[in-house]
Amino acid sequence: MANKLSERVMHIIFLVAACTSVLAVALICIFLFANGLPAMGEIGIFNFLFGQTWRPSNDLYGIFPFILGSIYVTAGAIIIGVPVALLTAIFMVHYCPKRLYPFFKATVNLMAGVPSVVYGFFGLVVFVPWLRELTGNGTTMFTASLLLGIMILPTVTGVAESAIRSVPDSYYEGALALGATHERSVFFTVFPAAKSGVMAGVVLGIGRAIGETMAVIMVAGNQTWMPQGVFEGLRTMTANIVIEMGYAANLHREALIATGVVLFVFILIINLCISALKRRSAYE
Amino acid sequence: MNRENNLPQNEGGEGTVVIANTPVQKKQTAGEWLEKVAQKWKNHPGSAAAALLVWLAGFLTLAVMVFLVGFIVIRGVRYITPDLFALEYNSENVSLMPAMINTVIMTALSLVIAIPLGVFAAIFLVEYANKGSKVVTVIRLTAETLSGIPSIIYGLFGMLFFSTALRWGYSLLAGSLTLVIMILPLIMRTAEEALLAVPDSYREASFGLGAGKLRTIFRIVLPTAVPGILSGVVLATGRIVGETAALLYTAGSVAQVPHNLFGSGRTLAVHMYVLSSEGLHMNEAYATAVVLLVVVLALNGLSDLLARKLLKGRG
Repeated sequence: MANKLSERVMHIIFLVAACTSVLAVALICIFLFANGLPAMGEIGIFNFLFGQTWRPSNDLYGIFPFILGSIYVTAGAIIIGVPVALLTAIFMVHYCPKRLYPFFKATVNLMAGVPSVVYGFFGLVVFVPWLRELTGNGTTMFTASLLLGIMILPTVTGVAESAIRSVPDSYYEGALALGATHERSVFFTVFPAAKSGVMAGVVLGIGRAIGETMAVIMVAGNQTWMPQGVFEGLRTMTANIVIEMGYAANLHREALIATGVVLFVFILIINLCISALKRRSAYE
Repeated sequence: MNRENNLPQNEGGEGTVVIANTPVQKKQTAGEWLEKVAQKWKNHPGSAAAALLVWLAGFLTLAVMVFLVGFIVIRGVRYITPDLFALEYNSENVSLMPAMINTVIMTALSLVIAIPLGVFAAIFLVEYANKGSKVVTVIRLTAETLSGIPSIIYGLFGMLFFSTALRWGYSLLAGSLTLVIMILPLIMRTAEEALLAVPDSYREASFGLGAGKLRTIFRIVLPTAVPGILSGVVLATGRIVGETAALLYTAGSVAQVPHNLFGSGRTLAVHMYVLSSEGLHMNEAYATAVVLLVVVLALNGLSDLLARKLLKGRG
């Protein structure tokens, strides 16, 4: 029967389509590692990861300042963004008046949709002049952290909100029945019950922050020195790749790809954490 | 994005509880409300402070977004001039039209490839695969990995694979294919959710009438899932339009519309990045930001609307 044949063929086509993502991940791993690892070997893994000087003209390729830069900026973004994001999530589930809810929800969704280059531009024309007036230096770690804190807000809020929402109502009602105030019930019974999901949201935020490129380039200053302080400029791994890739050649270019490999490994570790947390919240 | 948050069934249980604690109750006067708040501060200062913090955070989030959009639109609108939409770019008019055309071309190309791939993959996951099988686990794992990879890594990969290994150079095609990989997990996930939302009774009725599996999928299941799939597609379009890092070293940043798909061209977001990093044309950068912001926000709003339509259909 012709029908049977077409069923078969389409089944295989569906399967092949489903395997595209597997192929894509495999190709990404192969091409990144194949192009990045040799450079790491040539420079020396220790010199590359922990070298404190990045001076391609002298063949010095130490990316330690950029690794630290990425970590510092991300930590700053978490400190600034996560408390507000979690409180916003609690607000949306347990405080927001029903009539205002669609409005807030739409705001958070739209915030997640704003392109990073627009965030970067916003930081460049609003935060940088502010900071320059206050501290004399506009493009700083603080500027980047502040901007990233805003950018991860919708991500963290979204995940945390659904985690908090999935806590059974009986938790809240039980606490209330024992005489707890609305706040006590929400903060001490509902919120702890949503812990794993909330953590997954925070880790997702970390991933977003560490991988963010364009916005950070526009406000972080991008000096190649070791990070000097909260109100000094620094450069992240992502920024290093984009800024120098345009004119890099040979070992310099490979060192930039190797920077990408390091970033990729960071991201893979973060992804593992997320899926572990998700599995845990599924068990709960 | 968690669509289930909008589910109508949530409104019953929690909604009533929430209402009891919100100050905007219809029967209450402002005086009574103030009295209640004062009472709360007196009896449970900790709780009252926590409530204050929560309200502040909620409105801070709102304020940031309103300020961001308001600032850019108000400062930028006056710089939108007819010159900006001239067909040819030169350093006199700093036209965004070529970038706009490139964006449309790349979006269309990426979607044409990514939609069938993503939807077919979702069909496989929902309609064919055994839930616990190894293949499904691997596919889900890789899709999840893909959705966590930052765009700069996609950009690096696209540069190494499409531009260098396949020798396409900086080209629209290389950029589009990079974007395809980037938006694939998004389309897959939304399509999967949409397909899962189609009630099994639809499928059973179709089978019962003698339709084959393929016919059931294409005639019954897919049409029902269209709003959900579309919402994912529109969201993906927003991602494409706003993308910069993945395109700088795959599609390049030439400010003209190339003659064919193997030519380099910048999209609107790349155009905006170049303008603001050069710092020579800040006014035009403002105007471009407005255009970009409006397009992306409209796409996101549309996606939300479609998602809500799907939910209504289900309820």
